[in-house]
Amino acid sequence: MDQQQMIDRQKHIRNFSIVAHIDHGKSTIADRILELTHTVAERDMTNQLLDTMPLERERGITIKLNAVELHYHAKDGETYIFHLIDTPGHVDFSYEVSRSLAACEGAVLVVDAAQGVQAQTLANVYLALDNDLEIVPVINKIDLPSAQPDEVKKEIEDMIGIDASNAVLTSGKTGVGIPELLERIVHDIPAPTGDVEAPLKALIFDSKYDNYRGAVLSVRLFDGTVKVGDQIQLMSTGKTYEVTEVGVMSPDAQPRPMLMAGDVGYLAASIKTVQDTRVGDTVTSATHPVAKPLEGYRQIQPMVYSGMYPVENAKYGELREALEKLQLNDAALEFTPETSQALGFGFRCGFLGLLHMDVVQERLEREYDLDLIMTAPSVDYHVITTDGKTHVVDNPADMPDPTTIKEIQEPYVKAEIMVLSDFIGAVMELCQRKRGDYVTMDYLDKYRVSIVYEMPLSEIIYDFFDELKSSTKGYASLDYDLVGYRASDLVKMDILINGEPVDALSFIVHKDFAYQQGRDITAQLKTTIPRQQFEIPIQAAIGNKIIARTTVKAYRKNVLAKCYGGDITRKRKLLEKQKAGKKRMKAVGNVEIPQEAFMAVLRTNEEETHDR
Amino acid sequence: MAAAYIHIPFCEHICYYCNFNKVFIQGQPVDEYITRLLQEIKLVRAQYPDEPIETVYIGGGTPSALTPAQMDRLLAGVNDLLPLPAGGEFTVECNPNNLLTMDLLHVFRDHGVNRLSVGVQSFDDAVLKKIGRTHRAADVYTAFKNARAAGFENMSMDLIYRLPGQTYDNFADSLRQAVSLDLPHYATYSLILEQRTVFWNLMRAGKLNLPNDDVEADEYELAMDYFSQHGLHQYEISNFAKPGYESVHNKKYWQNEDYFGFGAGAWGYLDRDRYHDFGPIQQYLKPLRSNHVPVFARQLVSPEEQMEEQMFLGLRMNAGVDRQRFAQRFGLTIENVYGQTVPQLVSQGLLTDDGGHVALTKRGRFIGNDVFEKFLLPDTTLRD
Repeated sequence: MDQQQMIDRQKHIRNFSIVAHIDHGKSTIADRILELTHTVAERDMTNQLLDTMPLERERGITIKLNAVELHYHAKDGETYIFHLIDTPGHVDFSYEVSRSLAACEGAVLVVDAAQGVQAQTLANVYLALDNDLEIVPVINKIDLPSAQPDEVKKEIEDMIGIDASNAVLTSGKTGVGIPELLERIVHDIPAPTGDVEAPLKALIFDSKYDNYRGAVLSVRLFDGTVKVGDQIQLMSTGKTYEVTEVGVMSPDAQPRPMLMAGDVGYLAASIKTVQDTRVGDTVTSATHPVAKPLEGYRQIQPMVYSGMYPVENAKYGELREALEKLQLNDAALEFTPETSQALGFGFRCGFLGLLHMDVVQERLEREYDLDLIMTAPSVDYHVITTDGKTHVVDNPADMPDPTTIKEIQEPYVKAEIMVLSDFIGAVMELCQRKRGDYVTMDYLDKYRVSIVYEMPLSEIIYDFFDELKSSTKGYASLDYDLVGYRASDLVKMDILINGEPVDALSFIVHKDFAYQQGRDITAQLKTTIPRQQFEIPIQAAIGNKIIARTTVKAYRKNVLAKCYGGDITRKRKLLEKQKAGKKRMKAVGNVEIPQEAFMAVLRTNEEETHDR
Repeated sequence: MAAAYIHIPFCEHICYYCNFNKVFIQGQPVDEYITRLLQEIKLVRAQYPDEPIETVYIGGGTPSALTPAQMDRLLAGVNDLLPLPAGGEFTVECNPNNLLTMDLLHVFRDHGVNRLSVGVQSFDDAVLKKIGRTHRAADVYTAFKNARAAGFENMSMDLIYRLPGQTYDNFADSLRQAVSLDLPHYATYSLILEQRTVFWNLMRAGKLNLPNDDVEADEYELAMDYFSQHGLHQYEISNFAKPGYESVHNKKYWQNEDYFGFGAGAWGYLDRDRYHDFGPIQQYLKPLRSNHVPVFARQLVSPEEQMEEQMFLGLRMNAGVDRQRFAQRFGLTIENVYGQTVPQLVSQGLLTDDGGHVALTKRGRFIGNDVFEKFLLPDTTLRD
């Protein structure tokens, strides 16, 4: 391809992503676009095609980014090259959204015709506007009887400040409006610019580990070209590699001779070291490197920390390898080794939120066949000791001696909750209970209000979102941002099992709630820890003071009465099952503690489960 | 020396707790079953012509559901194909309501049956009704009176505790009545909920109210004490006998020795080969019609599994596991295989070890599964 051909080709490229609130129909619209552009044969079409992880399909969410190339024959007779980048929609994954947006010139904003603009819609659309993207508004699910497209148009104009008069009305379900949307993508979203002759400058917005090709990078080229055999450099490390493969996803990997400025595709270069492929890094030419890397990526910070331990200590190395591989695909995941007296060797992991934590845990268990113990999530505390030093503590077990603590500060967030006015009372009650400070409340229209509170992050990460949903019949939406650290009256609560403090069960709690929490958690542990051969006292303590106590009674009989007339295999299976069950538990002292117990602090509000 | 187990999978009624291989007898090809069963014994015996038989146990199902004529034909065939040495234990399982007349008892007597095991389960008519039994407490007395009149003396009865509707006192009363019959052998089992039973389905629907596990432990302790006070020593987790009346046949299982299994769904264990026959009647009959053994599956038991079984079966007996026998059989001592497991369990008060035998303590018997589990070797679960 000569330079003129490349410039001509570039004019026909459209890079865009779809932003939406969770459940507003982003994945179904993507599915319809793939169908209409014949990217996928009808027989291969499955729902949520871009969500390739089983977990994504099961939960109906998008976790990993997917960038596909499509060819669209427009009404003007030209064929356009679309690069569609699917994005996650959950509050935990807004960083992933920001990465995909940086690779685009435009965004399709999908708003549910019945539910209207939600907090998450706003958050994502602001990210898109920050990146100077051209927004194509789409009002989806117009087939619903409760659809109110005109009201939603007005909302988009009032709340986002973009012209929605020509919003495309679609139904991902029936396919209505999708042809018009494709035309609008061609006309409204600008073609990429970028000098094909300049040195290579490309952005890594995702990466996946592949056993054969090493790290496979998803890249957006801003300048230059790249082809097999080129020497490239990753700017953050300065390391150089030889490119072994370039191509596009369509939606399966299709190798191409080259990628050029404006393209979105993948690149493999036998990159073996996991740590070298940081998402957000710039790829350049090793022989003619650019002077400055690309800007625009926000450094992401984990919000929530949890200890992750293999149930069997011998699997520590496997867990490390698995985390390293997950980290390759998940720039938001952080981990550092830590040791617990109770649990042995493990890792302190940082996550974006609880869903992110859940997803990582499930992937480790499913894809890497690891049995894990997770400790209750914690946030980063700033502890100022009497000697004037500030300690960053993300594990309650590391809290300094209480007599040396001058002050404990905890992270606060600004939480914006959007809800129907009927539920104002319920939301405010909940926020007050979670130690929130009222900031403001604005009516967005006759029915909907935006309520803003500043509240401790630790209160948000536990069960706030679930409680919010249940106290508002599911209508509330939540978005939050870190606003800084504030001093709080916090104490460390220790849990003693059979007289021994279990470091992995310690947690930080506000003094006013300590007694209630102590009672709740001991009660919860009583139902979670199975009866064993001896009586097990469970105590909650602050310093040396026991504030709550309960007991798991000993079981007295556990023996199979009968031998089944020579069928020894059944007896064997029963014993093996019993043994396997204990494998899922961690022996602390001589008490077997099941996995769930370490998360008990999260469930103190749930109804008591049945006793064993 | 091997034991022989023979399975009769027919019942006149189906009890709510039972998930053994069994079918309602009405309309079943019982006569053909007996013919094929004897044919199976003949076929298998031809493979092991020199293996002497030490005990025969006919279980079910309900063997006593057969008519006297059918029983006569079965027992004649068994005696012919599986001759026992003089005094060899020959047991038939019976329901009390099949012993209300003398007919079957005379057939047993004529063919050398010398031990009866009777499924009594409870002496409370309300409880019996609730668990799907059709006999009543009064029938039990008649049955044993008849059996004694026919000359039977070595007899056992089964009792079940932790039954729905049963209280501690109610079980204590059944125990008292049972022991008042002065049998030389008793077995008492706690209810096990099994899939494919009425109780299982009731439990799943949340409609099965069972005594809690503390009551179960109290009942077990009561049984141990009460039998012991009446000269019936415990010799296995669930079995009690006067001296000299321990079941020779059942001890074979716990000592991990060889046994033949004949009949639909029966399990056998011969020289490392564990096998079981087809369970469904027609599938069992079909291969025999063309003179093939009706074995559904075979598995070669690995030496590791044999060692595990030697331990967790042997420990069921109060006599425990014979160290010397273990070493002779496997060429390794218990310590070679299990390291510090035995001393650790001794220090926890769950095992005794006199150098010759390793056995459960009384406390160990209550939580035997916790002890048995310790004798599973590390990768057992991966092996199958």
